[in-house]
Amino acid sequence: MAEFTLPKNSVLTEGKTFKAPAGTTNIRRFEVYRWDPDSGENPRVDNYELDMDSCGPMVLDAILKIKNEIDSTLTFRRSCREGVCGSCAMTVNGKNTLACTKAIDYYPDTIKIFPLPHMSVIKDLVPDMTHFYAQYASIKPWIETQTPAPADTERLQSKDDREKLDGLYECVMCACCSTSCPSYWWNSERYLGPAVLLQAYRWLVDSRDENTGARLDELEDPFKLYRCHTIMNCTDTCPKGLNPAKAIAETKKLLVQRKLG
Amino acid sequence: MAKNNNRPISPHLQVYRLPLTGIISITHRMTGVMLSVGLILFVFIISALAGGSASYAVMQGYASYWLVKLIYWGFIYALFFHLCHGVRHLCWDAGKSFDRETLNRYAFIELGISLLLTLSSLILFK
Repeated sequence: MAEFTLPKNSVLTEGKTFKAPAGTTNIRRFEVYRWDPDSGENPRVDNYELDMDSCGPMVLDAILKIKNEIDSTLTFRRSCREGVCGSCAMTVNGKNTLACTKAIDYYPDTIKIFPLPHMSVIKDLVPDMTHFYAQYASIKPWIETQTPAPADTERLQSKDDREKLDGLYECVMCACCSTSCPSYWWNSERYLGPAVLLQAYRWLVDSRDENTGARLDELEDPFKLYRCHTIMNCTDTCPKGLNPAKAIAETKKLLVQRKLG
Repeated sequence: MAKNNNRPISPHLQVYRLPLTGIISITHRMTGVMLSVGLILFVFIISALAGGSASYAVMQGYASYWLVKLIYWGFIYALFFHLCHGVRHLCWDAGKSFDRETLNRYAFIELGISLLLTLSSLILFK
């Protein structure tokens, strides 16, 4: 059920402020969501003033600078620092993105950093992704075949068939899109969400997969698929420039086409 | 690892900035509800018409208040907006007009056309 307000234990409180050292001229202000599971306190928003003359260009650089120089307890996920691992997905100034591929200068003023929206928080900027990954596993994101494998080649694919996977295979499962979706906020226990549905479509259109019928059967559900109301937050926010909303629409079309024969 | 069962829910509506398409989407739903509620007013008008000159005069008396007029024109705008975004949904259901670059443009076109339709009915029926 949709709950528009935050539960009592999730309401934000005022945090600490860390001033920049005296004499710093090029200052940027960062507001960062903090929650310590051991403190028993509510989440807070800490303020950090950073010296931009000694900071890398990306939002992730600023977060790393805070962790390295100001507060080593700041907790977040990051790995590749080039937008291919999807670890550093977070809400920056009201929109989900990868902190590593977003330039600080893209934003005009104070930068406000929150964990991905409407998720259970493990610590600071680290949300619990267990349910999201379970949903991903539920669509069987691997090739399923009926026919025996060819004796001495791989299962080949024409150039045209391979092109159908463009705009789908690039997804890094960062969950920016799913956690930007109000429908996913209110119904994530039953609605699969844009990221998982884009992946589902990626296997539906793969010419080598031979389980299309069963995959469609699985998706034909008022909640799993049809909680998508084309709000378009997913496509708006995808840091890889993909279009989950279109993939979902194409899936709905496949179901209609199958029904019409 | 012991799981902390007091984990907070990260802020959502409180911090997320809905893009124009998101705002239009929720407005579509709200106008849908408003149109349904507005039908009660419509029934009131119809029954006042059917009730003869006395009840018609009473209804007309109410209808000349500026606030009622505002609700009336709000209803008409809601109707046209809901219609325009409904057409947009039909385009989407056909798998068309999903390009990221055009999303805002189509949203503005929807808003413009629904405003235009409201203004033209204002001129036509005034």
